Amino acid sequence: MSSPAIEMRGITKSFPGVKALKSVSFSAFSGEVHALAGENGAGKSTLMKILSGLYRPDGGAVIVGGTERHFTHPLAAIRAGIAVIYQEFSLLPERTVAQNIFLGREPTRFGLIDHRAMNDEARRVLALFGSAHRIEPDTVVADLDVASQQLVEIAKAVSLDARVIVMDEPTAALNEAECEVLFGLVDTLRKRGVAIVYITHRMREITRLADRVTVLKDGETAASFDHVPEPDAIVRAMVGRDLGDFYAEPARLEEIGDVVLSVRNAGNDRLKSVSFDLRAGEIVGFAGLQGAGRVALAQAIFGFTPFTEGEVTLAGTPARFTSPREAIRAGVGLLPGDRKAEALVLMQSVSDNGMLTARALSGLSAKADATPFVSAEEMETLLRNVDVRAGSFSQDIKALSGGNQQKAIVARWLALAPRLLIFIEPTRGIDVNAKAGIYHLMRDLARKGAAIMMVSSDLPEVLGASDRILVMRSGELVAAFPRGVSEADIMLAATGEEAVAA
Amino acid sequence: MIRETAGSAKTHAAARAGRLPKINPVFFVLAALLVAITLSNPNFVEPTGYMNFLKRAAPLAILAAGQIYVIVSGGFDLSAGSLITLTVVGSSMLLDNNADATWWVIPVMYAVGLAVGVVNGVVVSFLRVPSLIATLGMMITLNGAAFMWSSGSPRGYLPETFRFFGRVNLQGIPLVQFLPVALLVLMVVGTVLFWLMHRTNLGRMLHALGDNPRAAQMSGVPIEKVRIIAFVISSLSAVTAGILLGGFAGVSTDVGVGYELQAITACVIGGAQLLGGRGSVPASIAGALTLTAIFTLLNFIGLPKPVRDVVQGLILIVAVVLATYRRNRAGGT
Repeated sequence: MSSPAIEMRGITKSFPGVKALKSVSFSAFSGEVHALAGENGAGKSTLMKILSGLYRPDGGAVIVGGTERHFTHPLAAIRAGIAVIYQEFSLLPERTVAQNIFLGREPTRFGLIDHRAMNDEARRVLALFGSAHRIEPDTVVADLDVASQQLVEIAKAVSLDARVIVMDEPTAALNEAECEVLFGLVDTLRKRGVAIVYITHRMREITRLADRVTVLKDGETAASFDHVPEPDAIVRAMVGRDLGDFYAEPARLEEIGDVVLSVRNAGNDRLKSVSFDLRAGEIVGFAGLQGAGRVALAQAIFGFTPFTEGEVTLAGTPARFTSPREAIRAGVGLLPGDRKAEALVLMQSVSDNGMLTARALSGLSAKADATPFVSAEEMETLLRNVDVRAGSFSQDIKALSGGNQQKAIVARWLALAPRLLIFIEPTRGIDVNAKAGIYHLMRDLARKGAAIMMVSSDLPEVLGASDRILVMRSGELVAAFPRGVSEADIMLAATGEEAVAA
Repeated sequence: MIRETAGSAKTHAAARAGRLPKINPVFFVLAALLVAITLSNPNFVEPTGYMNFLKRAAPLAILAAGQIYVIVSGGFDLSAGSLITLTVVGSSMLLDNNADATWWVIPVMYAVGLAVGVVNGVVVSFLRVPSLIATLGMMITLNGAAFMWSSGSPRGYLPETFRFFGRVNLQGIPLVQFLPVALLVLMVVGTVLFWLMHRTNLGRMLHALGDNPRAAQMSGVPIEKVRIIAFVISSLSAVTAGILLGGFAGVSTDVGVGYELQAITACVIGGAQLLGGRGSVPASIAGALTLTAIFTLLNFIGLPKPVRDVVQGLILIVAVVLATYRRNRAGGT
């Protein structure tokens, strides 16, 4: 084999108080996809930020195309042919696709920007992925869906003649169909001889795409495979333990109780005549494509975007709520899918975040440290019980990892002991150990008699954590499955393909 | 991932820092300024020196303690200064030189303040008008109302019964010889507002609302109610400040001019987050004292009013820059 496109040897990097990387070696050859896996905080992004010149290593060498390089600035890495596509896009939303692709190096003609040349070149690059018709160069980026934006981001890298493209969890914001487009794109790039470093912690993507796999754990190389191993082997290396008890035990028949929530022919402008029951003690998974109405349904039950028709009862009493506050009062809780935008108050302490809803439902002039639901000390115990790891619960919650933030939000609802708790994408963006923690918390809550509604786009999660699975499509409930159904059956129902098959 | 790694590094740093008592830098700045004033005018350590300083600072301190409620909730109250003017002018019109009317005029002015606060809050909460615009409109309206009410030439003076709060010093107090009523009012208002902000659910709700309104709403916070209360508290503090200012400044249609910006500056000096979510009543009061101390010092040096304005503007900008810088270093987003 020829020499690798990039090679990192014995990279060491420390931050104050943390040794982020301990002598990590990594390489990528032209025309291969090298998956870089590991939990949050394992050091994946640090390693890639060193490669891209954003950080300088404390020790070790970065070798690009056979020569050792010391990047002091991201531009130097870009000039050396290394492009990194981060989770947060770096596109300018109000500029066109072509303007973004050529940002900072616009072709000029008589000193003016040559728009025609720019658009033609953008079209040529997009055509490389067969996307020339999907995306027009003069479209404003803000008008594109997330997958297309990602495509533009990648096109930008390609037009820079990048020989190495690093993708940092590129599917985090994509739905199933969009993922497929991306995977096809990665295949195309590989065929064109680009070295691709693909950061992910999803096994499915590794199996689908990778030629080689490296697993980082706590800043060290935990495992390195020259082939794609069994998913179990990767997960074991990531977590450092077996995951036999990853999902909690399903509910036993006698644990399932009375109907808690009953929805009959309910709808609004995004939901059509939805009917179902949720029972005490069960976890019901809601599957479906992005925009199928699962989140709209959750928000309608929660009173955020209320139902406009139909009947809803909670433990037998009418429950068509018109505000979250009303729903919470009646015993409904909701963990939003977008933690930062909808759940967290980032500048406040971990403890304040946990206490928020308990305080909101108590008198405004009452003392803040002792609500009828939970006192400040009880909240500390609760936070410890759900295993929130923080230096102190009085520190700002924004310093915590996603998993710990999510657990603090779970504690917020545990304090209220709701009858119905709705989880939307409960484990998005959190690491494997924290995921297992959330599944077990959900099950404990169900065992105590709550009904759990779980909206998730992560199919293995829906299959593993639910007692029952309901599938939505275009604002309607289209299928109900018991535990043990196959991923394929759910996808068929979610996409509506079975109608064609029949 | 790096954000996580760096985050945990910050966590350790924060945990270490947390072990030392964290003191808001505004208190050091204030102490330094007081030393500087004493050096340029040794009489300042006499009760007449510092008591008169506190008396002069009291209206602004009260105004800042109210303004911080709106700032923490994620807004601004620009109508506070014009409400001071309306309070002074309106009181003089209603009193009409009749000392016996004080007992009912003051409640009437508080009722006006309550109404102004409710209107501000309702317009911002339910009509979704940005607070900057809503209260700017209210500011212009109230200034106009004060002008119309007095036909542009407010009548003479306020009776002694009304001026009691802003002007009188209680004599024969041990240790300090005398105590201005205005300072007493500041201590009472400050204590109540401190308690409300930092010990009750209302305070936590205000912080949550200013930090992330959507998250607050989805967590069950009655956001409209909380926001209206914030504006009402700010307005009531403006009426209080107006009653004190009427006591020692006399009647004119520009008595409250610029006070709203001074109060906002005081809050920022006290470390408040301008877009909401963070702020402290004692630090805002200290910010008001700091601002007054700076003006006092400039006075001693003999700089004219326009220079004071320039300095105030610069302080506002510098305070925001420093607060942002500190936050970034402390590892915020």
